[in-house]
Amino acid sequence: MYKKILVAADGSDHSKRAVQEAVKMAKANPGANVTLLYVIDYEKARNEILQSQGPDGLHLERRKHLQPLEEICRSAGVHFETKILHGAPGPTIVKHANETGYDAVFIGSRGLNALQEMVLGSVSHKVAKRVQAPVIIVK
Amino acid sequence: MSYKEQWFGNIRADILSGIVVALALIPEAIAFSIIAGVDPMVGLYASFSIAVIISFVGGRPAMISAATGAMALAMVTLVRDHGLDYLLAATILTGVLQVIFGFLKIARFMKFIPRAVMIGFVNSLAILIFMAQVPFIFGINLITYVFVGVTLAIVYILPRFFTAIPAPLIAIFVLSAIVMYTGIDMQNVGSLGTINQSLPTFFIPDVPFNFETLQIIFPTALALSIIGLLESLLTASILDDATETDSDKNQEARGQGIANFVTGFFGGMAGCAMIGQSGINVQSGGRGRLSTFTAGVVLIFLIIVLGNWVVQIPMPVLAGIMVMVCIGTFNWGSFKYMATAPKSDAVVMLLTVVVVVYTHDLSKGVLAGVLLSAILFAAKISKVEVRNKGLNAEASNVYTVHGQLFFASSQDFVSAFDAIEPADRIIIDFSDATVWDDSGVGAIDRVMGRLQPKVGSIEITGLNPSSEKLVNTLAAYADSGKKAGQH
Repeated sequence: MYKKILVAADGSDHSKRAVQEAVKMAKANPGANVTLLYVIDYEKARNEILQSQGPDGLHLERRKHLQPLEEICRSAGVHFETKILHGAPGPTIVKHANETGYDAVFIGSRGLNALQEMVLGSVSHKVAKRVQAPVIIVK
Repeated sequence: MSYKEQWFGNIRADILSGIVVALALIPEAIAFSIIAGVDPMVGLYASFSIAVIISFVGGRPAMISAATGAMALAMVTLVRDHGLDYLLAATILTGVLQVIFGFLKIARFMKFIPRAVMIGFVNSLAILIFMAQVPFIFGINLITYVFVGVTLAIVYILPRFFTAIPAPLIAIFVLSAIVMYTGIDMQNVGSLGTINQSLPTFFIPDVPFNFETLQIIFPTALALSIIGLLESLLTASILDDATETDSDKNQEARGQGIANFVTGFFGGMAGCAMIGQSGINVQSGGRGRLSTFTAGVVLIFLIIVLGNWVVQIPMPVLAGIMVMVCIGTFNWGSFKYMATAPKSDAVVMLLTVVVVVYTHDLSKGVLAGVLLSAILFAAKISKVEVRNKGLNAEASNVYTVHGQLFFASSQDFVSAFDAIEPADRIIIDFSDATVWDDSGVGAIDRVMGRLQPKVGSIEITGLNPSSEKLVNTLAAYADSGKKAGQH
């Protein structure tokens, strides 16, 4: 049974689809709990602080990213919690997933081409390789 | 966290990240010296001295402060017109000003700087640093383009496969070796200045201590102190968030001042916190004061040991690394921001960039941006509206006032009553309005004066307690008008 389900979410359309798939799994497993994990790296923190006025503006900005994802869970009647962590996305997701011990991990694929993947690196690839639980990459 | 924990809570990771930062700092310190028009040693001594001092007296552990581009750009004119000694004097004065600002609790004024201005600040900083690289990249020869291109390729692609050594350093090492081995004729750091393989020493800048000197250095010192605090406090906020810890911003402001003050006596240029280097530190695991301290000490150690090699760094490689710094500094989300943010914010951001690029002075851009956004804000909230609600149960003609009544909106308020129909009884309802100042009260007074000949009785309702107090103490109508309303 899949009881503890993690979704690594960044608010993108890909991560929205990942949440939708995680909700499907959670509904098929009574008592399942979905954790929405939002990871903020240094670059992202820099841009968010630059573009938001003070701590309240920053709080609102981040809520805006997470709110649609929470809504997907809420409207499906799935138990969920939201978690915000700081650090490089790949390693932070891997560390949290392995330390907490999930039954399944969902992550959206950014759908990069070969060159982008070489330059930018693929978070979903890293996560799939290093997380001990089964990882589902959602396109 | 106690001061001791801030030092020794994270020893191993702090030392390692400090070393990484020291390596990444060297090219930047040299490049920023060249931008400022001084010897590379001025930036290197500054980076050593500021990092070490701020590690003791700063308010934000793990933040990296050193010689920076923003500060270098602000000192170009002073250095060109008056020379290094005046720069050092200005650096000392910058320190004094920043300590004063720190004691005046400058940090709380940060919230008055709109985000649009801060975005404009970092964008224009990136543009100016890039412009400073242009003479080292364009119009020299083909091999220069090749070196810049290879440098950029190394710094962007290599970190995907290998991160133990900072990629810029690998680019420097490999390409310097190629130049030295093949004997390609190319401008290097040595052709723009000298590297002393020694520790900085204490000396008092050779300037006359008189009012004339103060007149020369004060404008630069003021600009430097504002720019330095702005970038330092912004960086501190980012580190607070990235490390999920708090920091003492006023202590940081005083610390920046102390660091600059001392640095001026040791032949270093004024500096401030660095967003990019602080990010490298945090991402490499640095969390404590020890990381900043290590960065400063390792930097000067490397210069003393490797000084002969540092002068061999080809300028196209350094310029390439600076282009990377620009790309990292520029806020690429700005384009989306300009499309989605309110028009007024976009205009403020653009104005900030235009003023900086035109004047080459970040502080002027910030000032222009803050002024424009203050005016736009006043214009935005100065819309006061008067609506006629018609007759109420007691056959009074009710007018409701909406918005903020103050000096900028008082004219509109008065003219809103120009076309009013004569009536027996009028009620002006202020439930949805606030009176802020004398002009607001004066406007009410004028309206009362104009209406009284045409109208039987005028009643003012719905003033909130503070507005009512203001009106009661100031308005001339209060004696006659209020009574008129009580009939």
